[in-house]
Amino acid sequence: MSGEILYSVRDLVVEYDTRTGPLRAVDGVSLDIRRGEILGLVGESGCGKSTLGKAMMRLLPRNARIAKGELLFDGQDLMSLSEEQMRHVRGGKIGMVFQDPMTSLNPVQRIIDHITETIKTHKPDASDDEARERAEFLVERLGIRKDRLDDYPHQLSGGMRQRVMIALALALNCDLVIADEPTTSLDVIVEAKFLDLLRDLRDEFNLTILMITHNIGVVAEVADRVAVMYAGEMAEVGDVHPVFAEPAHPYTEGLLKSVPNIALDEEELYQMKGGPPNLLHPPAGCRFNPRCPYVMDICVSQDPPMFPVHGGGGVAACWLRDPERKRSESD
Amino acid sequence: MNSLLLLFVALGVPTLGVLVYALVTGSPGLRRHVLTRVALTIPMILILATVVFVVLRVLPGDPVTSSLGPRGNPEVREAMRDQLGLDLPIWAQYGRYLGSLFTFDLGNALTSGRRPVAVELGERFPATIELIVPAAIVAVVGGILAGTLAGSRRKSATDYGLRMFSVAIYAMPVFWLGLILQLIFAVQLGWFPVAGRIDPIVSGSLERVTNLLVVDSLITGNWAALGSALRHLVLPAATLGLILLGVFLRLTRVNVIETLQEDYVAAARARGIKEGVIVYRHALRNAMIPVITFIGLQVAILLAGAVLTETVFSWPGVGRYLVERIGLRDYTAVQGVVAVFAIFVSMISLLVDVVYSIVDPRVRY
Repeated sequence: MSGEILYSVRDLVVEYDTRTGPLRAVDGVSLDIRRGEILGLVGESGCGKSTLGKAMMRLLPRNARIAKGELLFDGQDLMSLSEEQMRHVRGGKIGMVFQDPMTSLNPVQRIIDHITETIKTHKPDASDDEARERAEFLVERLGIRKDRLDDYPHQLSGGMRQRVMIALALALNCDLVIADEPTTSLDVIVEAKFLDLLRDLRDEFNLTILMITHNIGVVAEVADRVAVMYAGEMAEVGDVHPVFAEPAHPYTEGLLKSVPNIALDEEELYQMKGGPPNLLHPPAGCRFNPRCPYVMDICVSQDPPMFPVHGGGGVAACWLRDPERKRSESD
Repeated sequence: MNSLLLLFVALGVPTLGVLVYALVTGSPGLRRHVLTRVALTIPMILILATVVFVVLRVLPGDPVTSSLGPRGNPEVREAMRDQLGLDLPIWAQYGRYLGSLFTFDLGNALTSGRRPVAVELGERFPATIELIVPAAIVAVVGGILAGTLAGSRRKSATDYGLRMFSVAIYAMPVFWLGLILQLIFAVQLGWFPVAGRIDPIVSGSLERVTNLLVVDSLITGNWAALGSALRHLVLPAATLGLILLGVFLRLTRVNVIETLQEDYVAAARARGIKEGVIVYRHALRNAMIPVITFIGLQVAILLAGAVLTETVFSWPGVGRYLVERIGLRDYTAVQGVVAVFAIFVSMISLLVDVVYSIVDPRVRY
């Protein structure tokens, strides 16, 4: 991995219009995705991870908008592109895989038509035969017989449909694939195979993958780095191993402790106290402070910036990691 | 050959074609569905025929009174009842009626020359067809296009405008809309003729083949007659079509809005597919499925609307004939019209139903 940054999100703010005023689903998030890596983006439902993924493609629902921030993809400022230019980025440079493969394919369109349509949208001079050839190559690589291309989506299993979604993302050699909960609706065995496949594809097609998931186990299995979101903000970002071994943010720690583990002989599963805050009225200071077992005075009044942790480029938004504080304590 | 029969052959052949296609290529489940559907059509028509039979006899008045007037000579009345077969017990009359249905000879009319009903309908049905086909095209094509436009631009000025238009048009009584269109476009502006099917002057020069004037003038290359027939057609077809257009607009709009929220639309956008392609290929095709089913149901409303439209525009079709014969209490004529309507509607809905199960790949019986 070169460490070159492929996609950089800078201070992104996404607001939804609600009856009671604007709701900031993503509030000042910055995230760098390095070329060739698999980055796991985790957090609870409603923490803004899916909104972040959609915002990165500028595909927000009508009642949401990017209020602030920069989206830099491969040296290009996506915010400055016209809708038409952006359309060519979607599917051409950045592919997306959705949560529910059962509903993400058009029920009255054959699989092959999904793929050729995508290819011809971005390469208008590609012939039907070329598109077909590419489609056959892709599905066979993904372990689907090529004659299934003439089937309708309902004739395929869930795992096959999810592989078709991947084929669609690969149809034009996208650099980045944003996978939004791609395994949530698959059973465990299919999920494991699918994750293996993703890793192989990453190497084979030089992909960069942003894997959005609420399942920290998926991240452990497949990701190189992990980004943890909480209540619209980034809590912690770092390489998977140090983050899992020694979480720098109490929220990450809580998430990891909540994963059931048969190997450990614990009677009860750890449960984080409380629930995520109402984003219309987020708590002052650190948004995690009402649930945090280590809450300090400063946490209630001041929002923590990102502090470097673990040495190798990891960061965490927690006052516990404030180098100043450590120094003052040791004094 | 009786031209009514000809008409049913013309409609029956494609229906039969689709049925055979479904039976040959379809799965056993589809075959069973089609056969059940066909089998159900027959009792449906019988029930309708029976209801009309009963209702006509429950209505006050009878063909004798309507011909001779309330003060007719009792002996003459009696003789006429004999002659018309009204002296027979009611079950015998019912038996006769059903018999006439199965032989497709609808009996003789009881009034106005006592001509065979099948012949009278044969002369008039083409006029009705010529009216409802363009009306259906106006309603379906116009409604679907406008509905898609409204649905894809939800909450825009276009959407609000089209929605108001659809409610207004749907709420208008057919005959009133017809009168208003006559007043504006025929009387005030003089663009189109007020009533009738064709200019009487060119009418004589037109050789009749199918009695569909547009078709006949095309076949025989009579351009004067074609122009006149088309000009006469515009207002009645627009009247009848506009009434239904509102319904199709609404239905399409709702379905387009719904399909545009589907995951596969979001997925298509994420692949950079053009918005126009998304709306017209992805969303509309899926939104069309319930709309197609609805077309079958609307044929009945189209015929009901034709009755009023024909009356307003003096259109010599079956609808006007029906109104006239209800007034005369011409039992056989009314029974004949209703039976023909029932067969027509059930054939179309059968056709639509089978086409639907072929079009939607997910429908598997």
